[in-house]
Amino acid sequence: MSVNGLSAEATNSKEPRANRLRRHSALLVIVMTALIVLALFPIFAQPYYVTLVLPAFAYAIALLGFNLLFGYTGLLSFGHALFVALGAYGAAVLSSKLGVKSFEVILLVSGLTAVAVAIPVGLLAVRYVRIFFGILTLAFGMLFHSFLFKFYDITGGDTGIRVLRPALLGNEFSELDKTTFLIGPFYYYCLVLLVVLGFVMWCIVHSPFGLHLTAIRENPRKAEYLGVRVRTFRLAAFLISAFYCAVGGVILAINTGQADPETAYWTHSGELVFMTVLGGFANFFGPLVGAFVFIFLKSELMSLTQYWRFFLGVTLALIVILFPRGVMGVAQDLWSKMKRTQ
Amino acid sequence: MTALIETVGVSKAYGSFVALDGVSLAVASGELLSIVGPNGAGKTTLVNVLTGLLKPTSGTVRFKGQDIAGIGPVLLAKRGMARAFQLVHIFPALTVAQTIGVAVVSQASKSFRLFSSVATDAALRSRVREVAAIFGLDSKLDTESRLLSQGDKKLLDIASAFALTPEVILLDEPTSGVSSGDKHGIMRTLMEAAKQAGVQAIILVEHDMDLVAQYSTRIVAMKEGKVLADLPPNEFFNDPAIVAAVVGKLVGKMSRRAV
Repeated sequence: MSVNGLSAEATNSKEPRANRLRRHSALLVIVMTALIVLALFPIFAQPYYVTLVLPAFAYAIALLGFNLLFGYTGLLSFGHALFVALGAYGAAVLSSKLGVKSFEVILLVSGLTAVAVAIPVGLLAVRYVRIFFGILTLAFGMLFHSFLFKFYDITGGDTGIRVLRPALLGNEFSELDKTTFLIGPFYYYCLVLLVVLGFVMWCIVHSPFGLHLTAIRENPRKAEYLGVRVRTFRLAAFLISAFYCAVGGVILAINTGQADPETAYWTHSGELVFMTVLGGFANFFGPLVGAFVFIFLKSELMSLTQYWRFFLGVTLALIVILFPRGVMGVAQDLWSKMKRTQ
Repeated sequence: MTALIETVGVSKAYGSFVALDGVSLAVASGELLSIVGPNGAGKTTLVNVLTGLLKPTSGTVRFKGQDIAGIGPVLLAKRGMARAFQLVHIFPALTVAQTIGVAVVSQASKSFRLFSSVATDAALRSRVREVAAIFGLDSKLDTESRLLSQGDKKLLDIASAFALTPEVILLDEPTSGVSSGDKHGIMRTLMEAAKQAGVQAIILVEHDMDLVAQYSTRIVAMKEGKVLADLPPNEFFNDPAIVAAVVGKLVGKMSRRAV
C-alpha cells in the first residue's frame, strides 16, 4: 500500500510540475511581449497616448498594493486615495518646499510617510472587516481630504502645490522640455519601477506570507487555529499597500506637475476599486490590466461625449453583472477554451 | 502521570445564564476523552475554554502546566494544541496542498518570509505531501478545497490541524454531516494519523454514541454546564441512568446496541 502510495505520489507531483512550467513559460512570453510593446510605445505612438501611459503606470503600481489588501487578504478599502494623495503631496512638499531634487529620495520618503500614516489608520481599521473596514477607511480618506482644505498654508488648499521636475538618478535632463522629459527618461524610469515593484509583489503573493494572507481572506477563524496571526498580517498587508499607493501618487503628481486635493477625494478611492474590478481582482495581473484599460477607456469616452461618467458607470455595472472576474477573467476563459479546442 | 490539560472549577457565565458550572477535569497523555451531553449542556463552551478562546469567569485552565485562559488560538497552536471544527472549516478557494501548507508554514515559523517561494520550498512541500498521504488526500493535492466531497473536506480540515504537529488535538464532532458508513472510515484514519503524528491525547466532542463507545478511553458526560459523570466507557454504558440523561431519546437505540 505504501509503495502504491509512493508511486502515485511521484506521478502526481511530476505532472503538475510540467503543467506549471508550461503555464509559466506562456505567462512569461505574454509578460515579455507586453513589456516590449510598452518599451517601444514612445517610439511609434503619438505623444498624447504616451502621456496616457504614465498615469496607467502610476495606477498599476498603486493597484498592485491595493490588490494585495483586496484580492489576496480580502479587505476592500474605500479610502486608499488617502495614500495616493500622501504620495502626491509628499512629492510636492519635498520638491517645491524643501528643494529635494532626487526622485529616489522623493519616492522613499513619500512611501515611508504613507506607511507611517498607515500604521495608526491600519491598527484601527484591521480590527474590522467587510463593510465596516470599508467605511472606516473611507472616513480616514475623507478626513485627510478635509485636512488638505483646512490647512491652506501647508497644503495650498484647493489649488494644491506645484510639483517640480525631479532628478532621475542624479540627472536633471534640464535640456529637455517638459513633455520630452515625461515621455522620455521619466517614462522608462517608471516602466522599470513597475517591473521591479511588480516582481517584488509577485514574490510576496507567492511566499509563505502570501499564503497566510489568502488563508485569512478565505476563512480568518480557521486561519487563526492554524497559527496565522490574523490582525498582524492584515496590518502588514495594509502597510505594504500604502507604500505602493504612495509610489503611484508620486508618479501621478510629477506627471501632472501638481498635487491636487481631488487626489484625496473619495471618488478617487472609488476609481481604484473600479480599476481593480475592471481588470479582475482574482488575478495577479488583473489590476495592472484594469489600470491601462481604465485610463484609455476614460480618455476615449471623454473625447467622445461629455457624459463619459455615465458610460463608465454603465461599463462597471455590465462588468460586475456579466464578467465578475473582470478583463482577466474573460481572458482566462478564452485561453482555456482555445486550449480545449486545440 | 501528570495531566496534559487540566481545568479546576471552571465556570463561565453570560450575564445570568451559567454555561459552565464548576467543571474540573484532567486529560493525561495517551487518552481519548469524549465529551458527551445533550444540546445546550455546555460542551462547546467547554471546548472554547479549553482552546483558550474564552476566558472562564472563574477557575483555571492549564495546558502542560501553564495557564492558557483566553490566550487565543494562535498562541495555543504554537504551544501544541490544535482544533478541528464541528462544521467544516476550510479555505474554499485554496487547494488541498495550500490548505495544509498554511499550517506547515506556521509550524515551521516561516510566516514572515515575504520573499521566499512556497513552490520551491522542498521541505515545506514534502511535509505537505506527508500529511496529505496520512489522510489519503495525496492524490488531490492540486484540487480546490471547495470541490472536495463532504468527507474529504472533513479530512482536510482535520489534516490541516494535524499538520501543526500538536500534542493535543480537539475534535468537535469530526464526523457530523458525514454518512454513517464514512464515519468509521474517518475515525480510523484519525486514530491512525494520531499515532503517526505523535499526538498524545485527543479530546472528542461527539453525539454518535457508537463512535464514543468504540474509540474513547474515558467519557465525560455533561448536563446543564456540570460534569455529570467521568467514567471509562464500560462503566459509563453500564449505568442506564447516566446514559438516559445524556442520550435522552436515543436510549432505546443505545440499549439495543449495548446488548
